[in-house]
Amino acid sequence: MQITGAKMVIESLKAEGVKTLFGYPGGAIMNVYDEIYKQQDIQHILSRHEQASVHSAEGYAKITGEVGVAIVTSGPGFTNAITGLANALTDSTPMVVISGQVPMTLIGTDAFQEIDAVGISRACTKHNYLVTDAKDLPKVFKEAFHIARSGRPGPVHIDIPKDVTAQLENFEYPNFIDIPTYNPVSKADIKDIQLAVDAIKESKRPLLYLGGGVINSNSSGLVRQIAEMTGIPAVETLMARGVMGAENPLLISMLGMHGSYAANIAMSETDLIISFGARFDDRVTGKLSEFGKNAKVIHIDIDPSSIDKLVEVDFAILGDLNFVLSDMQPLLADIQPEQFSEWRETIAGNEKLHPLSYEKLDEVLKPQQVIEKIGEMLGDNANISTDVGQHQMWSAQFYPFSRARQFNTSGGLGTMGYGFPSAIGVKVGNPDRVSINITGDGSILMNIQELMTAVQYKIPVINVILNNNYLGMVRQWQTLFYDNRISETDLSTQPDFVKVAESFGGIGYKVSTMEEFEKALKDAVEKNIVTIIDVTVYRDENVMPMVPAGASLYNMMLK
Amino acid sequence: MNQERHIISVIVQNESSALSRISGLFAGRGYNIESLTVAPIPNENLSRLTIETFGNRKTIDQIEKQLNKLIPVSKVVESDDFVEKEMVLVKVPVSQSLSDVSALCQIYNGTILNISDSSIIGMVADEPQRVKFFIQAIQKFHPIEIVRGGVVALER
Repeated sequence: MQITGAKMVIESLKAEGVKTLFGYPGGAIMNVYDEIYKQQDIQHILSRHEQASVHSAEGYAKITGEVGVAIVTSGPGFTNAITGLANALTDSTPMVVISGQVPMTLIGTDAFQEIDAVGISRACTKHNYLVTDAKDLPKVFKEAFHIARSGRPGPVHIDIPKDVTAQLENFEYPNFIDIPTYNPVSKADIKDIQLAVDAIKESKRPLLYLGGGVINSNSSGLVRQIAEMTGIPAVETLMARGVMGAENPLLISMLGMHGSYAANIAMSETDLIISFGARFDDRVTGKLSEFGKNAKVIHIDIDPSSIDKLVEVDFAILGDLNFVLSDMQPLLADIQPEQFSEWRETIAGNEKLHPLSYEKLDEVLKPQQVIEKIGEMLGDNANISTDVGQHQMWSAQFYPFSRARQFNTSGGLGTMGYGFPSAIGVKVGNPDRVSINITGDGSILMNIQELMTAVQYKIPVINVILNNNYLGMVRQWQTLFYDNRISETDLSTQPDFVKVAESFGGIGYKVSTMEEFEKALKDAVEKNIVTIIDVTVYRDENVMPMVPAGASLYNMMLK
Repeated sequence: MNQERHIISVIVQNESSALSRISGLFAGRGYNIESLTVAPIPNENLSRLTIETFGNRKTIDQIEKQLNKLIPVSKVVESDDFVEKEMVLVKVPVSQSLSDVSALCQIYNGTILNISDSSIIGMVADEPQRVKFFIQAIQKFHPIEIVRGGVVALER
């Protein structure tokens, strides 16, 4: 039986097991929305801006580990989605984004809502397709989902002209797909693994450097086992928070620009960096020529282009981290944790010397206090999303993350406005846990319209605004590096966030003491409705430690 | 590190956007393209691109890896053992000595292709280094236009 291209889109999504779509309709995608209307298997969540649709799909993908799917119309619908695609590409999130396009007959004529969508998305997707014949749709969808979730995951964009969604063709969804030019690695060469293991055995001060690849490959359990059996301490990147668990004595903390003193010093003193799915980002390494100067480097990565890109590697292992660690673990069995006890003591000394800390004030809340309080009250029971800026770094530093995927943040691209919509996706993907978005008074306004989505679909995200009336991180740089010239970062002109929340049908609290905050958070969790808690915090707090841009990792400002 | 000349040969699936994926990658990551030629490979659904570029070893390795990451790219060959040729067409005024122009073209594996009432068109096909010499030598015949074809190469 022949079906339309639009129906093929739905059938393909069903075949891929998609249960939730985030999107926004418009002219060129209407045939597909007509098919969405006619079916019950896939829930469509109407965001209030296409950027939010893609971020929600990414939050969903990050919490579930499945491919997140968003759908938008042509032209501005698609250009709004671009930030979301770019964000997913930098953070290696498996996504499929479908866009409508003007009919084939109008392509190239500057038609209404026409834009060269695949031309734009080429730079911010893992791969993309312009489908010119409905016959190709099943194969394209099969390929798109395969590419999105395999290898180093990433977003795939499918652009479908309106007449293709109307075209009638036979539909048969392929069971297997073979893309001869695309062969992501899985198992690594055992000889490479053995060489790395030998290096670990010979090292005196080895350090596990954990990145987002640990989470993407579902290897958090294996990593914990390896750390515990060998006694090798670990540092986490922003993207790996939660892998080791805050309680784990082998976890030092986050490293990098706002990493802990002990973590950054450990990275500077180690004689063997053991990188599990991390990519030596500039926010992690500081000055490259000084990074890991005394160390050999083992780099395990699924993406060949990550290896030797920034740091020259002594032992490169190309493979899926989960396979590599499964092969590696038995080879490490004869390492005695005592072997590294002196090294661990040195680290413990540094942790004691300069722990992550802040000074409390009597008259006003410190932002870090609020994050610690959320951790104390909700701990493992909450999934934490953030926007971008100071609150993001404080969340990474002070929330007691206990598991992989608990923390959802825009790491690589640093997208303000990511937090709220992605926290919606997190809640949809994991409804049993509280979904908190820790945000700032700058970021929250960049996708505040999602209050409407959250109210309509009863998605009770709790937004905690650490409100310092500043675009805080930029203000911090202005204070430290621009002689305190506060250029366009004073955000004292603000809405009444309580009324904003209420006008959409959510609830709002404005608090300035810890008692008020506790009460508001408890209340919000019980009421189970989308919430804004607007917390007045100390204005001039800086995120510390800080490695100034371009400085070596061990040259930290501590206060 | 030294900025050296390298030839990279890319075998890619025939699809309308393959060329823009590759040129976009070079532009987006700040790699330079000195010359680029593309043509389909006979009897296969593939095309071969030959890219002449400059960069140090690390950059060239990274270019190769980034190219391999593109889904339609089937194979990337980077070698210092290529046989290389470049074709050049040159138009000189008809007032120039035909026999001199013809002799020069012949030295560089070429010939005269066309003579009209206003110009002579010559062609050479030679190794890139020799093509450079040819272009220097042809200057004294006051060329009106020179069209370089870009390097094509095959590994030995």
